[in-house]
Amino acid sequence: MANKPDDAAAATSLSRKTPETRGISARQKLLAFSSLVLLIVVFSILSPNFFQPYNLIAIMLATAVNGVLAIGVTFVIITGGIDLSVGTMMTFTAVMAAQTVAVWNLPVFVGVLMALVAGTICGLASGIMVAKLKIPPFIATLGMSMLTKGLSLIIARSKPIYFTNAPSFSKISMGTMFPFIKDFQIPNAVIILFVLAILASFALNKTIFGRYTFAIGSNEEAARLSGINTDRWKIAVYAVNGLICGIAGILIASRLNSAQPALGQGYELDAIAAAVIGGTSLSGGEGTILGTIIGAFIMSTLTNGLRILSVPQEWQIVTTGIIIIFAVYMDILRKKR
Amino acid sequence: MAEPIIVVRNLSKAFPGVQALQNVQFDLCPGEVHTLVGENGAGKSTLMKILSGVYQRDSGEILIDGKPVEIHNPRAAQKLGISIIHQELNLMNHLTAAQNIYIGREPRYAGGFLLDERTLNAKAKELFDMLHMDFDPRTKVGELTIAKQQMVEIVKALSFNARVLIMDEPTSPLNEAEVEELFDIIRHLRSQGVGIIYISHRMDELFRISDRITVLRDGQYMGTSRVSETNLDQIISLMVGRKIDETARRIPKGKPGEVVLDVRNLNRGRLVKNVGFTVRKGEILGFAGLMGAGRTEVARAVFGADPIDSGEVYIKGKKITIRHPRDAAKHGIGYLSEDRKRYGLAVGMPVLDNICMTDLPAFMNAFGVLKPKKMQKTSAEQVKALSIKTPSLLQKVKFLSGGNQQKVVVAKWLVKNCDVLFFDEPTRGIDVGAKQEIYQLLNELASLGKAVVMISSELPEILRMSDRVVVMCEGRITGELDGATATEEAVMKLATQRETMVKTA
Repeated sequence: MANKPDDAAAATSLSRKTPETRGISARQKLLAFSSLVLLIVVFSILSPNFFQPYNLIAIMLATAVNGVLAIGVTFVIITGGIDLSVGTMMTFTAVMAAQTVAVWNLPVFVGVLMALVAGTICGLASGIMVAKLKIPPFIATLGMSMLTKGLSLIIARSKPIYFTNAPSFSKISMGTMFPFIKDFQIPNAVIILFVLAILASFALNKTIFGRYTFAIGSNEEAARLSGINTDRWKIAVYAVNGLICGIAGILIASRLNSAQPALGQGYELDAIAAAVIGGTSLSGGEGTILGTIIGAFIMSTLTNGLRILSVPQEWQIVTTGIIIIFAVYMDILRKKR
Repeated sequence: MAEPIIVVRNLSKAFPGVQALQNVQFDLCPGEVHTLVGENGAGKSTLMKILSGVYQRDSGEILIDGKPVEIHNPRAAQKLGISIIHQELNLMNHLTAAQNIYIGREPRYAGGFLLDERTLNAKAKELFDMLHMDFDPRTKVGELTIAKQQMVEIVKALSFNARVLIMDEPTSPLNEAEVEELFDIIRHLRSQGVGIIYISHRMDELFRISDRITVLRDGQYMGTSRVSETNLDQIISLMVGRKIDETARRIPKGKPGEVVLDVRNLNRGRLVKNVGFTVRKGEILGFAGLMGAGRTEVARAVFGADPIDSGEVYIKGKKITIRHPRDAAKHGIGYLSEDRKRYGLAVGMPVLDNICMTDLPAFMNAFGVLKPKKMQKTSAEQVKALSIKTPSLLQKVKFLSGGNQQKVVVAKWLVKNCDVLFFDEPTRGIDVGAKQEIYQLLNELASLGKAVVMISSELPEILRMSDRVVVMCEGRITGELDGATATEEAVMKLATQRETMVKTA
């Protein structure tokens, strides 16, 4: 993808771009990034409490779960698909982890593994439904969404499961690998988000997996005629998305120190919104991880800033809605040219 | 001349209802450009698709380097060194040129999982350099012009070490300068010993680029000649020259009436240039031309489906402005598109609803509620008038035959009381029997006093049905002929009369 030089993994990028190709992608990325900077500047001016270490960490922590989910769904959207089940898939993996650790009394790492496996299996199933059974992604993943929601409630008996027996579980999200920086202790959840973003960006730009993700989204028929096993790669994309949902599930369970089976629905729309704000095209073939991360940060910064300014929560939601519509309209305007 | 790479002997291929190819001969030598010509539906594309492994032959022989071969799929063709560049390019717009060329065969490292982008770009650059193309392989394909995209396809084909390159109408989307550039590349490839099979409708081009020309007509082999030993008239007479059933020709009933539709100086982009024509009451005006001549574009422009650059439209002498199909319908102009299923019908809905669809407000009471009795009455009338064969008014349109579906579309416009009806390829994809019904229908519509414009790529159909024939080529009207005396040769000559030819003539 030509956007590489601007991307998270770009530090190692080898390719140089002609000025023209660089111009278009850079401008598009710049729009999202400058919106984020603008938001931060405006909120900093309006409230002295905004640009404070503890608040910036709060924003990052609030971005972690949505950011991780958005990374996964970005892959799916680039193939021209959609996944409406990431929110409840996340919950399902959280419940599975809690069941393993808190109910079956198994070690924390087994719980983590369980969440990742559960997510991958769900993703795999969605992928098979889409690629092999030719069920439209919208419907297949809508079904998967209800399925995982129901299973979460059944397994947890509709009640939260608390990690009372494993205090170390909450360290996964809320502990920090860098305790030595005073006043700016970045929680692990945020570090996991950034590490995952760099890995995902690398996968998207430097590996066969990423190349075929774009190829399928750009022109699936052409990709198929070029001898690519498009079905297999599509299934892989959905499976990777499921795996990433598992990571999000661990993060959220750890942060809440519990698995909340009723939580989760609605997260998928936030994730899709973050990807779209960040320039991922719903028609496929276009998108970057950096854009998605910026999109996720725009959403959480907006929510945080409005809350600090004591804007009622109802209006925060309205504002987010307007931002999403505006972002997509900008994308359409850009494409018209 | 060297030994031929490809020899095709007695090749035949039938599709249900059509003999697409019958005992066709063809051969291609290294370092030559061999052009295939023929009317639409003559079998050129079928032959190419058999050579590139898309279709399988019924009988006959294909020899490569003197050895008989089977080409089961496109991959097998590629292995044999045969690459095809389709009219519709098969590229991924979001990937770069280099990424497109090597898609599925990317240079990799680290156990085949990581992409070696540097080698990829270097290899692509090498190929472009070989063809003397100044080209950055890292440019995204979507940002390239069609001409450049085509070059990417050519380079992609060559990256498979193609010895045979098939090009299906490569110049139709190109402008003059781009055609020159393409020809330079073709000449270069020829000098490298690549054999090129070239399909084109543009007659002047054939004589500039080809070494030999083979003519097909109705799936039959008509002959091969060296360019130096033939001329345009000879080729055209081989292409057409079909017997026309003179008795079937339409005999206009009485004198045509007043002018209903008068179009003047219509312009839209490259495919509608200064087009003007009139249609009279009770007349069938045939629009002839080769594919891509701009006939559909004219109809769509008149109908308001596409915005026009300039031009005037008069209905019964009164100037009207059409900005939207709604305006056209209001002034009594109906357009029946080629692709009925996509644009003309809601195939999942019953006959009744389809017929009433264009004029629903007429079937509503003051509260916007539909009046089923009135809808039933009107659609029953139309079904009877057009003798649409359907078990009931509630039958879903998708279960009707092609001919009857076409009639339902007509009924839609008749309900709206249209005076002018544009038929775009009304018989495409319809079997022979249903064709007769459509012809009858067109005749009836004309005798009812409708002005009918029929766009058709089938010459016999044009000659049989039209009172007058307008011929287009590359967006211009190149001539008008009287339907009673027009011949296939005359139409074909006008249909291939390119602007550049007129200038040089």
